[in-house]
Amino acid sequence: MTSIAFPVPDSAILARRDAIIQGLAALVPAQCLITSEDERRAFETDALTAYRRMPLAVVLPTSTAEVAAVLAFCKREGVKVVPRGAGTSLAGGAIPQEDAIVLGTSKLNQVLAINYADRTARVQAGITNLAISQAVSPEGFFYAPDPSSQLACTIAGNIAMNSGGAHCLKYGVTTNNLIGVTMVLLDGTVVEIGGDALDSAGYDLLGLITGSEGQLGVFTEATVRILRQAEGARPVLFGFASNELAGECVKALIGAGIIPVALEFMDKPAITICEAFAHAGYPLDVEAMLIVEVEGSDEEIDEALARICAIADRFSPMTVKVSQSEAESAAIWKGRKSAFGAMGRIADYLCMDGTIPTGQLPLVLRRITEICDSHGLKVANIFHAGDGNLHPLVLYDINKPGELEKAEQAGAEILKLCVEVGGCLTGEHGVGIEKRDLMTEQYNPVDLAQQMRVRAVFDPAWLLNPAKVFPLDDRKPAAGWPETGAQSTRKTVAA
Amino acid sequence: MVTHRPANEQEAAAVIAAASGQRTPLGVTGGGTKAAAGRPVTHAATLSSKGLTGITLYEPAELVIAARAGTSLAEVERTLAANGQELSFEPPDLRPLLGTEGEPTVGGLSAANLSGPRRIMAGACRDSLIGVRAINGRGEIVKSGGRVMKNVTGLDLVKLLAGSWGTLAFLTEVTFKVLPQPERRATLVLHGLDDERAIAALSAALGSPFEVSGAAHLPAVDGRNARTLLRTEGFAFSVDYRLKSLQALLKPFGGGEVLDDVAGAALWRDVRDVAPFMRSGDAVWRISTAPSRGAGIAAALSRSLDCRLIYDWGGGLIWVSVPAEGDAGAAAIRAVVTTPGDHATLLRAPAAIRATVVVFHPIAAPLMRLSQDIKQAFDPEGIFEPGRMYDGV
Repeated sequence: MTSIAFPVPDSAILARRDAIIQGLAALVPAQCLITSEDERRAFETDALTAYRRMPLAVVLPTSTAEVAAVLAFCKREGVKVVPRGAGTSLAGGAIPQEDAIVLGTSKLNQVLAINYADRTARVQAGITNLAISQAVSPEGFFYAPDPSSQLACTIAGNIAMNSGGAHCLKYGVTTNNLIGVTMVLLDGTVVEIGGDALDSAGYDLLGLITGSEGQLGVFTEATVRILRQAEGARPVLFGFASNELAGECVKALIGAGIIPVALEFMDKPAITICEAFAHAGYPLDVEAMLIVEVEGSDEEIDEALARICAIADRFSPMTVKVSQSEAESAAIWKGRKSAFGAMGRIADYLCMDGTIPTGQLPLVLRRITEICDSHGLKVANIFHAGDGNLHPLVLYDINKPGELEKAEQAGAEILKLCVEVGGCLTGEHGVGIEKRDLMTEQYNPVDLAQQMRVRAVFDPAWLLNPAKVFPLDDRKPAAGWPETGAQSTRKTVAA
Repeated sequence: MVTHRPANEQEAAAVIAAASGQRTPLGVTGGGTKAAAGRPVTHAATLSSKGLTGITLYEPAELVIAARAGTSLAEVERTLAANGQELSFEPPDLRPLLGTEGEPTVGGLSAANLSGPRRIMAGACRDSLIGVRAINGRGEIVKSGGRVMKNVTGLDLVKLLAGSWGTLAFLTEVTFKVLPQPERRATLVLHGLDDERAIAALSAALGSPFEVSGAAHLPAVDGRNARTLLRTEGFAFSVDYRLKSLQALLKPFGGGEVLDDVAGAALWRDVRDVAPFMRSGDAVWRISTAPSRGAGIAAALSRSLDCRLIYDWGGGLIWVSVPAEGDAGAAAIRAVVTTPGDHATLLRAPAAIRATVVVFHPIAAPLMRLSQDIKQAFDPEGIFEPGRMYDGV
């Protein structure tokens, strides 16, 4: 019923399921190994719930050593491994396959050390994103990347997907805030990449593994930078008569040297749906809305908001609502933050994640509406306007035969549009299975072959999260592809 | 020696494919201003990016600029400045330190991943670098990343190429995210602190909400008192407020004095370019650590070496100047910089010393194996700057 292909399960592995489970049972405590069908069901999908596959078994290790033992075993036995944080991937990055085990980090959830003088925190990688901020908030610190799922999602998953959030215009995404990782390679070797300094020796392996979607290894510990919270933060809400005017306003703000901590855009359908759900006091007579937030002391915020309002005034805003209090700030954010929940109440939806050059915004919004109209579907647009990261929510009804396929088709057309105007397929959700077959839109075979050669350094046999990111049928480019892995063709390189 | 100076990507690809076919090692160069860094490498021919010039994309409202790799950094910075923008990682100019002339290029800057004092707040060169085009050792044109700042589409090869010193691929075009220049920058200086107190002051300031964009310490030398520098920048009203707040916060360290903006800017340029070590003939090391270990490392070094030091990045980046004799302090420095993840690089030394000591910090065996395989994955015949970073890489 659904259109994304999964590889045919390896029948030899399925036939050996009992022996494989027996092997795993020898490596981890009994409560860390999940084999019953009922309990495995909780792991058969992630936040891309239209797809599900029952894994062979689920292992939830309690230490780096156990992760190493499990991976070494799986490599030896040729068993595929799908790493999993909290399973909040919207791109299907953590969806298993029948001939794979799920290796989850959820039991590795402790803060190991906090160093306020160096502004770093060392954590186990299965800790939730929000738990890090909570651990350091008594001292006034926080961990900056804040994906919407931060209550549930793990740092391991954040590293794998290079997660962002609403505040990355100012603070960057995961790759800009991560300085060290303990990673287990497929053969069970434990490596320390980076440390607690701001850079590391040799090639930037930390940069490479961030956003690698579980294909290069499994993260068990991480060192992240923590930052001191601003003294305060307050947003202003603007309503405009058109998407174009809102887009021009964003351009003018950035042109004036203003980098707010958040700059969020919502179009009319998104405003209407969120307002009906959250009663945030959003204007219902406008076509587009911007939420602009700034940080600092009260006086700094007043001054910065005054400058922002003066610039916005040039674009004839129909609504200007400057937050005067914490309660008003919370109300302004309430609608935006509940957007996904609000959508979910009225329809099923696919949340897209393309990034575009911000100058293309009015054009792209027009074309998105046309694309969805042509499929008879509705769409609501929510958008990190400062960095061009779009989240069109394509609404559909799962109970109507064929609607999901239509929504997927519309989504694919939207992502192709993002690439066509100079952007990319995914800004912060990752490729997963969802965008895997669109990779050829953004990259040519040479680009993909280079990425796959690097991937092969870590996993020549395609055992780690193998059905993700790279189109299934393009995996062995003819020229120079190692037959049995990078090692076999290694030559002595002249010194 | 032959120098190839291709005028476009296709010509460069042809040169590389030919070199690959004959397994001829190639030196990779832009402006040649950092040629004296790294392990000395001999090669039959040099591949220069000087023929690949020009800004290919600049959208001020989208905070993005792209240029061919041989474009001078100066041209990019001039173009940005004309629109009130800048490269936020504050690229250093190491020509005086390295005793070189010529024009640094954006390709060379990216290949060396050089970042100045603002790295602590705005990220490193590798954080601003959002897209590259490059030619791998097979002579194939490869792109990674793009022109948008949020992009997690496929493996991030951009980061791998940043700081790879030309050993993986020949960069042909680089794309940076940029930021507006602040309305004002101001500097606070604390006088007479010893290294440990100075780093404590820097940590206090960096752990405050007052958006410190520079945190350096120049220890006492030749009768001159120690100076501890803090910079904050932004809208003028914010800078005034933050300076006052920082002075109040740093009362236990003397509160500090606000420098006039011109003098402050000159001091930060000096820190960025390691100017205090420019003129001597000494060897210069770059040590990266956590700030809380900085003073300890410095004290241990001072016990075993005749050295001078400068701290940047809140105390986490230490520049060390030692006499260019023997191993230029290599054994002593390696004995002191031992915490996993910390590293020391011999940035400046006569070629004879760089040929005999380990220039880049030794990395753990499994990481070295990965690095060798990654080198192989980009450059199977090992033609790009073989051995410039590590033997076999």
